[in-house]
Amino acid sequence: MLTKSNLNLTQLYGLSCLRVLMGWYFLYEGVVKFLDPNWSAFAYLKNSPGSNIWSSLADNASLLNVIDFLNTWGLIAIGLGLILGLLSKLASVSGAILVMLYYLSYPPTVASQNFQLTGDHVLWVDKNLIFAVVLLVLSFFPTSQFIGIDRLLFKQKNSIDE
Amino acid sequence: MNSNNQKKYNRRDIIKTLATVPVLGAFAYGLTKKLQYRQEQTYHIADELGLNLYDDPDPFSSGSDKLIRVGIIGSGIRGRQLLEAAGFAHPDVLKDWAMSAEQNKDDTRYQDYLEQDNLRIEITAVCDIFDVHARYALEASSNATKKTSKDQLTIKAKRYKNYRDLINATDVDAVIIATPDHWHAQMAIDAAKAGKHIYVEKGLTRTVDEAYALRNVIKQSNVVLQLGHQGRQTASFRKAKQLIDKNILGKISLIEVCTNRNDPNGAWVYPIHPDGNPQTIDWKQFIEPTNPHPFSLERFFRWRCWWDYGTGLGGDLLTHEYDAINQVLNLGIPHSAVASGGIYFFKDGREVPDVFQAVYEYPDRDLTFMYSASLANDNYRGKVIMGHDATMRMENRLEIFPDRQSTQYRKQLDAGLINPDQPMITYEPGRNAVDAYTSATEKYFASRGLLYTHIKGKRVNTAHLHIKEWLECIRMNKQPSCNIDQAFEEAVTAHMATIAYRENRKVFWDADKEQVV
Repeated sequence: MLTKSNLNLTQLYGLSCLRVLMGWYFLYEGVVKFLDPNWSAFAYLKNSPGSNIWSSLADNASLLNVIDFLNTWGLIAIGLGLILGLLSKLASVSGAILVMLYYLSYPPTVASQNFQLTGDHVLWVDKNLIFAVVLLVLSFFPTSQFIGIDRLLFKQKNSIDE
Repeated sequence: MNSNNQKKYNRRDIIKTLATVPVLGAFAYGLTKKLQYRQEQTYHIADELGLNLYDDPDPFSSGSDKLIRVGIIGSGIRGRQLLEAAGFAHPDVLKDWAMSAEQNKDDTRYQDYLEQDNLRIEITAVCDIFDVHARYALEASSNATKKTSKDQLTIKAKRYKNYRDLINATDVDAVIIATPDHWHAQMAIDAAKAGKHIYVEKGLTRTVDEAYALRNVIKQSNVVLQLGHQGRQTASFRKAKQLIDKNILGKISLIEVCTNRNDPNGAWVYPIHPDGNPQTIDWKQFIEPTNPHPFSLERFFRWRCWWDYGTGLGGDLLTHEYDAINQVLNLGIPHSAVASGGIYFFKDGREVPDVFQAVYEYPDRDLTFMYSASLANDNYRGKVIMGHDATMRMENRLEIFPDRQSTQYRKQLDAGLINPDQPMITYEPGRNAVDAYTSATEKYFASRGLLYTHIKGKRVNTAHLHIKEWLECIRMNKQPSCNIDQAFEEAVTAHMATIAYRENRKVFWDADKEQVV
């Protein structure tokens, strides 16, 4: 199923490096939230300049708890997955979806400059959109099956298949 | 690949499988470093000073179920609000709130109201000299069951056209007085003489003489009087007192409080009811304790604009600010007052100024208390208490900024642990309880002092708490937080500024003789 020949070594190491860096970013975002007992997506959602759906999510206390939990552990799991090369394809795709949610809740529209928390100057394309696309692209390249734990998983699977 | 798969898992495979694991080691190392750094940087002066910021007191309760029968005198704007705070919102209001809550999840007024404590009172009597308001109050008073439709009501309270009959009614134990200021003193005096407990709106009286007379009568009676400064219930003001008592601010030399509003309603240009006329309004009774004047709808509905009925910015809004500070610092009556201002924007025939400044001196305390107000500008200015060591901004949220030249905090300032641009102590009740709310818009709206406070993270109407405290004090025969002594200080202090403005002179308080001179 895998054709190593599609990638030369430089490309493989380059993409693996990108994967690990993305993983680091996600892992740290998740760990910070985990370590801060007062952290909640409340303020982020409440301030959302996007559709009312986002701020209404903040108003539902039990839903907010679920969001906080999924966000924290989602980020940690995606981060670990990307760094370790463990179920990396799943991690990349989930990461892309998660970051797209961030993108949609703070869409960098022509009017949105005042809403940006980061101070970035952005129009339509922002960090979140780029991250989402990078992760999506990473999911097309199964680098973890060469460098990462997926090498072991998929090898065993392949052997069983045979 | 197939050939690889068939091979045994070799060393090269293991290295490639685990190649990125060391990254986690680096991550863990970085994280530890980061946490260490943060630990070193995080300095809580509150801990060092031994302050327990979030030690909410238990709710005040008499434990008694005794029903108190209340009569309300005056059911205009404030009277209605007090009825709502006491648990007697009009069905139309509840209907509005319920509908609004359905459309806007952020609007929690309906839910907050439903969750308000039952104060164990009955409104048995209503007095208003305007028929429309009286009718409204009757309907509201009969809505203890929180109905949203008038059709479901049975009117239970009795309407009185003259307040004296209400006060003397045998089924009235206590009265809420929410009339224009010129009636406060006389009504409260009559109520006290009849042995009825009193909740009276601020400003306590229209004149200094009335304040003396009222205090004498209350002191000789056994009734419980509460002046309507609901800011007494604001959690942050209580916390401010605790902090200042611990000398967190150092020597306080200057206090600045303000009022800024910029709309006709805020300048007391209240709507004139279309049904108001000499047949529906008892004008003779309205002007009974003050200077005679021909019937005037403007004067009836916008009474705060004339000295005959109201006390202008001094009595209406300075009093709120003063009482908040008096609660924290026990300032008492100032040694002197000067005031200035004018009618600079609302040239609508009013007598009271719309821009007003008052400066009070407290030589015994070595401090100045300054009030500044405009009814034609909405720039927000908070309450600021300035000490040698720190400055406190006191709203629903407290913020204490260290002073650059502080002696007390010299070490921490020099070490860079605190700095004058950032609050070294912040107190925001409700902040840590966001998840407990059905709607959590509070932290955005909570910053403006007088409407709401938080008890154990839950938003509560301060007027509700203030009335509740009054009722519980009646049940326990105790003095409430804004009793006649605080009320007297409020009245005299406000009147000193009004006199200074109207007579264009410096006004003094002779503490020994207890006289304004």
